[in-house]
Amino acid sequence: MKRKKILSLAFVMLLGLSAILAACGSSGGEGGKSSSSKGNSILVFGRGSDSTSLDPSRVTEGETFKVTVNIYETLLNFGEEDTTVQPGLAEEWETSEDGLTYTFHLREGVKFHDDTDFNAEAVVKNFERWANGDADMFPYYSSMFGGFKGDAEHVIDSVTAEDEKTVVIKLKRPQAPFLKNIAMSMFAIASPTAFEKGDDQFERNPVGTGPFKFVDWKPNDTITIEKFDKYWQEGLPKLDKVVFKSVPDNSNRLNALIKGEIDLADGINPADGEKIESNEELQLVERPSMNVGYLGLTVTRPPFDKKEVRQALNYAINKEAIIDSFFEGRADIAKNPMPPSISGYNEDIEPYEYNPEKAKELLAKAGLADGFDMELWAMPVPRPYMPDGQKVAEVIQSNLADIGVNAKIVTYEWATYLDKASKGEADAFMLGWTGDNGDADNFLYVLLDEDNIGSNNYTYFKNDEMHDLFIKAQTEVDETIRNEYYKKAQEIIHDEAPWVPIAHSTPLLGAKKGLKGFKPHPTGSDILMHVEFE
Amino acid sequence: MVSYLGRRLLQLIPVLLGMTFIVFMMIRAIPGNPAQVILGQQATPEAVAAMNEKLGLDKPWYTQFFNYIGNILRGDLGESMRTRLPVTDEIWPHLAATLELAVFAILIAVVIGMNAGIISAWFQNSWFDYTAMILALVGVSMPIFWLGLLGQWGVAIELGWLPTSGREEVRDPVNAITNLYVIDTIIQGRFDQLWQVIRHLILPGIALATIPMAIIARMTRSSMLEVMRSDYIRTARAKGQKMFWVVYKHALKNAIIPVLTVIGLQMGMLLGGAILTETIFAWPGIGRYIYDAINFRDYPVIQSGILIVAFIFVMINLVVDLLYGLIDARIKYD
Repeated sequence: MKRKKILSLAFVMLLGLSAILAACGSSGGEGGKSSSSKGNSILVFGRGSDSTSLDPSRVTEGETFKVTVNIYETLLNFGEEDTTVQPGLAEEWETSEDGLTYTFHLREGVKFHDDTDFNAEAVVKNFERWANGDADMFPYYSSMFGGFKGDAEHVIDSVTAEDEKTVVIKLKRPQAPFLKNIAMSMFAIASPTAFEKGDDQFERNPVGTGPFKFVDWKPNDTITIEKFDKYWQEGLPKLDKVVFKSVPDNSNRLNALIKGEIDLADGINPADGEKIESNEELQLVERPSMNVGYLGLTVTRPPFDKKEVRQALNYAINKEAIIDSFFEGRADIAKNPMPPSISGYNEDIEPYEYNPEKAKELLAKAGLADGFDMELWAMPVPRPYMPDGQKVAEVIQSNLADIGVNAKIVTYEWATYLDKASKGEADAFMLGWTGDNGDADNFLYVLLDEDNIGSNNYTYFKNDEMHDLFIKAQTEVDETIRNEYYKKAQEIIHDEAPWVPIAHSTPLLGAKKGLKGFKPHPTGSDILMHVEFE
Repeated sequence: MVSYLGRRLLQLIPVLLGMTFIVFMMIRAIPGNPAQVILGQQATPEAVAAMNEKLGLDKPWYTQFFNYIGNILRGDLGESMRTRLPVTDEIWPHLAATLELAVFAILIAVVIGMNAGIISAWFQNSWFDYTAMILALVGVSMPIFWLGLLGQWGVAIELGWLPTSGREEVRDPVNAITNLYVIDTIIQGRFDQLWQVIRHLILPGIALATIPMAIIARMTRSSMLEVMRSDYIRTARAKGQKMFWVVYKHALKNAIIPVLTVIGLQMGMLLGGAILTETIFAWPGIGRYIYDAINFRDYPVIQSGILIVAFIFVMINLVVDLLYGLIDARIKYD
């Protein structure tokens, strides 16, 4: 009696369950089909996190620029796959002999999404908006142009509209990377009609001249943009809509790509590269490298105040093994603090080879023949330049053990890690950098100059000769002479060895097989107007 | 009843105030300067200083604390340092996403968990009882992220029955009115979208329901077993009432109170947001919202976010306490 009842109950439950699953199954098939047929011109771009704002001038964060490069345009553009300066909203430009006056000739027939005309006056208003701000409102403006209106260090003297289509920018002193700075996605030209309504309103309702216009933002979930019909380039963009979807977990993003829920996925783990390559429906896309991952040695903390000790660590670490195991070979060994694609890279530097014997000799010379104890800080988060901080730290730890150095691996939550490292509390720490504008200054000066101690120079490294070179290079307009300065600076850095440069990695993306025209940009912000489905 | 309610609500004040103070001190004790974190590695020291001043972070902590309390009393929960939006505006979509998922999960947990517990008690020591209780043990001990990934791999990818993540079919997005998509789609008569929304709820819902389901099942079983041995049940059976009614009507009514407590606690817990589940299933809920805020040291969002979650938690407890009175006439509040 009892048993019968249980059996029948179990049977009913099983029946119910299978009915539910069957229902899910049948509609799953339909859902899949419908999305591929009607979703042909909708691109779903999966990425790690949401944007902070949609006003690029107000943030310093990459996830914002990923979206805004498609809504806004800049006076000058970067090349499709590099950081050479190309025409943008300005068709042509001239630089005066002394490098103080730049004349931009603007493109005709360009309109903002709100139907406002794009002209010289609009450009002037944008520059005025930034120059009248403060460091809290426009953090990037002050780092690139030395401050705001009235500040002594402010590089820009005046921005004037010569006529409807000509803008003249006068500088107080020459700035070598000026044109590159102008091409950075944060200096996008926005519709004055839109931002004059007030900043807070504008940050959520961006209006630019770009190929796509803003539609909708569901926080932490999706940002949708759609084709701008009056875009000045005939036949572009090719897509009707782009949806940027936040999928925080890397393996989940890969799953969503395999399932076809997203068409393009950023931030693929190097270890998953092969999985995509072997999948017939997917293609692996490599982003040109513009980064460096390194081990920083805080020169104010003994024994790292001794050059020999720093050099010894450079000899002791087997970079090749690290790249083979944790970057899956998708990275180049670094010998300088910036990647080879950047103008001014010093090819002639002889890299420190992997040579534990030599490392031991150097330690002996420094009076540390018996080795020493140190803390090794492992990055707690994966970044393209350091996919697995913990594991790389373990390799470094065993390399160091070989030369008698006893390294203890420590790690902190990311914000804490950066905070403590910037205060010089780490003996040796892992970190990296992705370039913003492809200029040598953006790597060398920002990461290693004494002016940036307390912000991005975490090693507290200081060198007067190098500092002079950097300052001279900032105002040197002649590219050849400027590159000589940077090459010399790299020699000093190599000899003084405040870093163990490890790798220039190739960030990976995954895409549907039929996706065409996608060219990943080294800065990490991709313009999607040429993208289409086969 | 009314005076009881008033007393309970008054008691909330010191609880919430104390909680606010603890959270306030805790987030200031962890290293990391919000201005630096929010502005990013590229920021200049001047920018950081300017932001510190604007955010009032240069003032002593007690000034900051009393300013914050003062603002809350005026109904101002502050503004996110990162996005510069008022927390009150920003929090609702996230809270709605979590609410929808939590209600769905608790429904699964209650329906399956309670029935499993009841049947286990009814047929004590049967194979069903053993299986259910072993499953419940596994359920409590199972890491949710593992179960979530397994579900994604098995059900979403290999079988292709359900979507891997998100709240909606992004190529055909729901027009958000209340941000509770189930309700939004019904209001707009988009039943095709409603079906999609439900399909997106199933995997994260099950992942999230596992632990509460197991706890509810065990609680129901032990509570039912106690009641089933009491005299009035024997009487009910003796007078020839059908066993089903004896169990589901007479026994359950007396056994349900401890179960209700557990359900209330679990519901409160689910509403706090489940960071792991929300991360794995790319669910834009309150757990991820507060977690991101912690990473960015976005003090107002952390403080007010936790305050709201805590408020909901204590309110649910209060509702549960009031329900006791409705279910059991012997419990009276005055």
